[in-house]
Amino acid sequence: MAIEVRIPTILRTYTDGAKAVDASGATLDELIGDLEARHPGLRARLVDEGKLRRFVNVYLNDEDVRFLGGLGTPVTDGDTVTVLPAVAGG
Amino acid sequence: MLTISRELVDQIVAHARADHPDEACGVVAGRDGVPERFVRMENAERSPTFYRFDSMEHFRVWRDMDDRDEEPVVIYHSHTATEAYPSRTDVSYASEPFAHYVLYSTEFDQFRSFRIVDGVIEEEEVKILESNG
Repeated sequence: MAIEVRIPTILRTYTDGAKAVDASGATLDELIGDLEARHPGLRARLVDEGKLRRFVNVYLNDEDVRFLGGLGTPVTDGDTVTVLPAVAGG
Repeated sequence: MLTISRELVDQIVAHARADHPDEACGVVAGRDGVPERFVRMENAERSPTFYRFDSMEHFRVWRDMDDRDEEPVVIYHSHTATEAYPSRTDVSYASEPFAHYVLYSTEFDQFRSFRIVDGVIEEEEVKILESNG
């Protein structure tokens, strides 16, 4: 078992076009570290200066991780992590 | 080119006018590049100069589209004091390379559509399909 990470269109250049990839870790931070090892470059698109980027939304199952514990949020096998860049502008 | 029904254009314009002077935003979902299903979104910023989809609503709407095999064909928002042309922030946060970015200006009554890919703005023609009802 692993954790499924759903990748938005704009970041699929890092995953050879895959819509979802597997990764593992005990926390979101570890999971992103594992993703980076498999798909170099992804981490910098999600994390900046040790925090989730402000205009990237990351969800654990149905919850925004900002309301859980940010990068420290515990994750377990069978969870689904979804990444969606914020839709925003001026 | 964006081809879109008069009904959808009217819904976008009505939403923009209703939320004026704050910016309004939303999506038209569809398949194969054809915009069909109007989805009005909350502007979590409730601002006359900025918009951002509410993160939970964004998640639900994107999951619904996934379940229906739809894509965000149109992402629209309004400008309430300036022209219907992408601002610098619009370009820096544009993250759906296949979407038509529609801007409606409540100030100038302009309805325009753009592709925004890798920081480059390209305006496109808008063809409105009149209903023959």
